[in-house]
Amino acid sequence: MVRKTALGSVAAAALVAAPVMAQDAIDVTLGVLNDRSGIYADLSGEGSVIAAQMAVEDFMAEDKGLNVEILSADHQNKPDVASNIARQWYDQDGVDAILDVPTSSAALAVADITAEMGGAFINSGAGSTELTRGQCQPTTVHWTYDTAALAIGTGGAMTDADTSWFFLTADYAFGHSLEEETSRVVEEAGGEVVGTVRHPFPATDFSSFLLQAQGSGANVIGLANAGGDTVNAIKQASEFGITQAGQSLAALLMFVTDVHALGAQTAQGLVLTEAFYWDLNDATREWSARFEERHGSKPTMVHAGVYSGTMHYLRGVEATGSTDGETVVEWMKANPFDDPLFGQGYVREDGRAIHDMYLFEVKTPEESTGEWDLYNLLATIPAEEAFLPMEGGGCEFVEAAG
Amino acid sequence: MSTMDPATSPAARPEPSVGMPTHQKAIFVVLLILLVALPWFVYPVFAMKVMCFALFASAFNLLLGFGGLLSFGHAAYFGMASYVAAHAAKVWGLTPELAVLAGTAAAALLGLAIGSLAIRRQGIYFAMVTLAFAQMVYFFALQAEFTGGEDGIQSVPRNDLFGLIPLESNMALYFFVLVVTFGGILFIHRIIHSPFGQVLKAIRENEPRAVSLGYRVNRYKLMVFTLSATLAGLAGAVKSQVFQLASLTDVHWTMSGEVVLMTLLGGMGTVFGPMLGAAIIVTMQNYFATLGAWVTVIQGVIFVAGVLLFREGIVGLIARWTKKPL
Repeated sequence: MVRKTALGSVAAAALVAAPVMAQDAIDVTLGVLNDRSGIYADLSGEGSVIAAQMAVEDFMAEDKGLNVEILSADHQNKPDVASNIARQWYDQDGVDAILDVPTSSAALAVADITAEMGGAFINSGAGSTELTRGQCQPTTVHWTYDTAALAIGTGGAMTDADTSWFFLTADYAFGHSLEEETSRVVEEAGGEVVGTVRHPFPATDFSSFLLQAQGSGANVIGLANAGGDTVNAIKQASEFGITQAGQSLAALLMFVTDVHALGAQTAQGLVLTEAFYWDLNDATREWSARFEERHGSKPTMVHAGVYSGTMHYLRGVEATGSTDGETVVEWMKANPFDDPLFGQGYVREDGRAIHDMYLFEVKTPEESTGEWDLYNLLATIPAEEAFLPMEGGGCEFVEAAG
Repeated sequence: MSTMDPATSPAARPEPSVGMPTHQKAIFVVLLILLVALPWFVYPVFAMKVMCFALFASAFNLLLGFGGLLSFGHAAYFGMASYVAAHAAKVWGLTPELAVLAGTAAAALLGLAIGSLAIRRQGIYFAMVTLAFAQMVYFFALQAEFTGGEDGIQSVPRNDLFGLIPLESNMALYFFVLVVTFGGILFIHRIIHSPFGQVLKAIRENEPRAVSLGYRVNRYKLMVFTLSATLAGLAGAVKSQVFQLASLTDVHWTMSGEVVLMTLLGGMGTVFGPMLGAAIIVTMQNYFATLGAWVTVIQGVIFVAGVLLFREGIVGLIARWTKKPL
């Protein structure tokens, strides 16, 4: 494991100047576990390690008596590799918290191991709602987003009384649940789902599905798929001129790096929900500029989530003077955060971090002033409405306590 | 695949027909001693993973190295067994040995069904048929309710062995895994050196001749295919108990590819090659995890170098130098 010592030991001068802090420095080891070679390497990868380092530096951990070290590893999107590394980290390398972990199956495996080993798991990269519902753990904090929040954001904010939707759904459990969740939100908002077509997973040719979607006359075409499927569907929709013809295209799981790769020309008019965008306000711009300097590209919401999650975790360690996972996570839940990147929010009892989400539309090439100037903000989804309610979520320890 | 250049298959060289040569016995004993001591030196979970893959690769090698049949779909048996074993332990609450047996039995049935169709074709067609069936199994795993889609089956409990011995600690589990996988590998070794194994080699070398000698070639092929699938399933079932999860990774075609890589790198048609190949690949995946994209690049380079420089694989090369079948 590469060890990047972010900070040295506490300076003697600080000890003299601040006798309150004269106790021994607390050693904190953070492990960033994510995909560094596969499809999620751009949206998490090395950027998440940099985000964690920035959090440690900005927190000024050294001055606060924390001795923070950051490890990183590639789980290759394999849950067994993730589980092996996580165990080894906790057992042998003294890791206190694991950060990021995209890919649901890997994240769920790490959540279990973390609970067993008494660490803390601050997830930013994975989208599975199971992390805070059926398979929740008292040591898990799910920071950035989940698929339900994306469905609520896109489905809710785009729909009013006479909006009709047509779904292009990847034919497997993930696609089905995304479609189901979004349909529920659309119907609650008074809209109507006029049709749905299931495409095989993965698919390369979307033309017949897109023609069906176009022929349905629906106002919004929802893409209930992910990764390469979404990118392919958007490319072909652009060839068909679907958004130019007046229908909206809504991606239900997409990241700014995907949009950047497609370019404004192809992705223009696409609507999507994210938890963070670099160009939201002065604080996000300032942080993103510093991030870009070190990483070479703008941060994704996953990177921002690693930063903010690490920050809140370190606050917890400082306040409790402990690195015991459950203790720190309890503190994180008891104390709301006011974060430069995610604004005001709090961590709910079940581990779900509650903050605003945003609905964006991809700019046209004419509007876009730079390669990363990609989004127009359409709506802000207030924190209280942005996520699934905790009640009836099936999280055992919450229901036992309530 | 039925006729192969003898130069590429070291096992084809003269060797004692039946029974275990003394030097192999010695290697097995040394190996066992090393494995017993191993968890005090390397991380037990990692060691268990290596052993699972060693069994998986050895099972695959039984089919490729000794049956001369290249299957591109062994992930199907490995993965399906891991799903069934995980489900059995989690939902039915079976003890580990029963869960592993359930998984292995599922793989055996699957192997029998797919094998009976696949062995009707030869060479590349055989490989493609097995790949096609493995993809069907993958899509089944993706869609079926009980597999949990891309979340997989998670938090599989480590139940007590025989309902008596707790396996919570990694050390206890390690010795359970050691017994099962080592037993599996010895069983494979026994198959190879049985009269049945000799007939298999005969079929591999010259199928028409084996037919003309009166052997029912297809029955032998089906038998070895099913045995190989069953043992691959045993490896997968044990793996699900070790990691307490079963996921799509295990049924994905890349897993079928990885086992081919392990076997070829270590030495196809040798007894110890696949184990070494598995150890090398798994070690790289774990200890090079910080190198990011380089893991796959290095794997590729090693494979290319292997094909160009030592086509018999590492153990095959050693066997040639020492002039002893390994």
